[in-house]
Amino acid sequence: MEPMAIVSIFVLAVFVGFEVVSKVSSTLHTPLMSGANAIHGVILVGAIIVADHSSTNLELGLAVAAIVLATINMVGGFVVTDRMLEMFKGNKK
Amino acid sequence: MSRTLYDLVGLAAGVAFILALKGLSHPKTARRGNLIGAFGATLATLVVFFYANPGSSLPLNNLGWILGAMVVGLLVGVPAARKVQMTQMPQLVALFNGVGGGAAALVAIVEYLHLGAEATTAEVVFTVFTVIVGCVSFSGSIITFLKLQELMTTRPVIFPAGRFIIAATLVSVIGVGGWVVSSLGTTPLLVLAGLSLLFGVLFVLPVGGADVPIVISLLNAFTGLTVAASGYVLDSVLLIIAGTLVGASGTILTRKMAEAMGRSLFGTLFGAFTAKPQDTSGSAEERPVRSGSPDDVAILLNYARRVVIVPGFGLAVAQAQHTVRELADMLIAKGIDVAYGIHPVAGRMPGHMNVLLAEANVPYEQLAEMDEVNPTFGQTDVAIVIGANDVVNPAAQTSPGCPIYGMPILEVNQAANIIFLKRSMRPGFAGIENELLYDPKTMLLFGDAKASLTKVVSALKAL
Repeated sequence: MEPMAIVSIFVLAVFVGFEVVSKVSSTLHTPLMSGANAIHGVILVGAIIVADHSSTNLELGLAVAAIVLATINMVGGFVVTDRMLEMFKGNKK
Repeated sequence: MSRTLYDLVGLAAGVAFILALKGLSHPKTARRGNLIGAFGATLATLVVFFYANPGSSLPLNNLGWILGAMVVGLLVGVPAARKVQMTQMPQLVALFNGVGGGAAALVAIVEYLHLGAEATTAEVVFTVFTVIVGCVSFSGSIITFLKLQELMTTRPVIFPAGRFIIAATLVSVIGVGGWVVSSLGTTPLLVLAGLSLLFGVLFVLPVGGADVPIVISLLNAFTGLTVAASGYVLDSVLLIIAGTLVGASGTILTRKMAEAMGRSLFGTLFGAFTAKPQDTSGSAEERPVRSGSPDDVAILLNYARRVVIVPGFGLAVAQAQHTVRELADMLIAKGIDVAYGIHPVAGRMPGHMNVLLAEANVPYEQLAEMDEVNPTFGQTDVAIVIGANDVVNPAAQTSPGCPIYGMPILEVNQAANIIFLKRSMRPGFAGIENELLYDPKTMLLFGDAKASLTKVVSALKAL
């Protein structure tokens, strides 16, 4: 990909990232951190890509380990965030 | 599947992540936001199985290994997230973040081994960055986990010449990083990973207990940046967008948390090196405290007009949320004005206490944030501090040099009477003596928070 395109995507994503969380109340700090944590679990996609083109046992072994860890990060992160937020919903009644 | 379609689906997932973060910033949309994020992540993961990378074909190579590894991850991650007690949730988030950083570092190492001499300089530089930051995030998160789980001391760990050892480690990490870029060998990369893991440990050890959540948030932002760097090496726009979003929003969140605790980020990370040694000699001697019985507490409460309950982590550990709610309901029935004073960092993480009280169905209107409740302590007859300590410690306002100096506190010392429910005279998570315990208007009720509260409730009924 064009280096300039990558830099543009990066810079714009930085500003979007700043902007979307700029008004969060302290009540939601923990769920927001947990949710953002789950999102970076998408490194799973990268782990699958490298597992696909692994050519040695060492590469495959490390890639498999990466998939296990990334899946834990992603799935566990979304599930625990949902559990936290479920309780917030309960007290609105 | 064509590359264009593949990239479009990736873009859709990126948009889902933006909407997820946006949703998570508002109470009403938070849960939906999280589900949108989960949807985006699922979409992004599924689509990888239908796109043949250049020089490869479908189905993916090593498909059995890939699916097997995902099943293992699911079998570990889902039960852990489902079963964790809400009190232990912060350390689980720390662990999840750590394994994410570890995964990013592993992905970078595999790609480096795969590319070998074909790697461009830019790719190697990004690989070095990912390995360093991913490893720091991994080992640093493990240390925060050990601290929060109280498997190791929660106080800052400072060893002689600590700052020189840390600086030397950092210099060697950067030096070895340069070596990897110039020599393209496997050995230097493994040395780099080892040194980075060591640096992560050294970096987090000196951080005091109360500041651990800020460090978790910072490491979370770090992991985001490693994912973005992996996106460059793997030519994935989605990873660049997702990683950068987490890196940027995580940085803001870290700053906000530090602000809520009244400290600069720099002070949090390096405060342990500049703080004056604490005077612990005075605290060893026995000093008189006033301890009371549940009946004394019940009488005091019965004749109060306004009561503020200050819940802390001890309340959650004792699982006393429901009992405290019962007590509050009884007081309200007697026409007493009751509020919960919630410190932004009560519990183990910002907002943690709100989650715990929500679990016990405490009405949202009764939860008062620090800025609302502080001006009212002057008119408060009784402040009940249940399992909290550092967040009401006046040392944060009066004693420069103590580790929590400058942190805003709940000013319960302004109330006419203070009741502390404590298990023992042990200091709080930050390990600092609390002068308020020796104040003449303070009454201590020793014992398990739940057992004590139950006794107070029955004493109140008997009145």
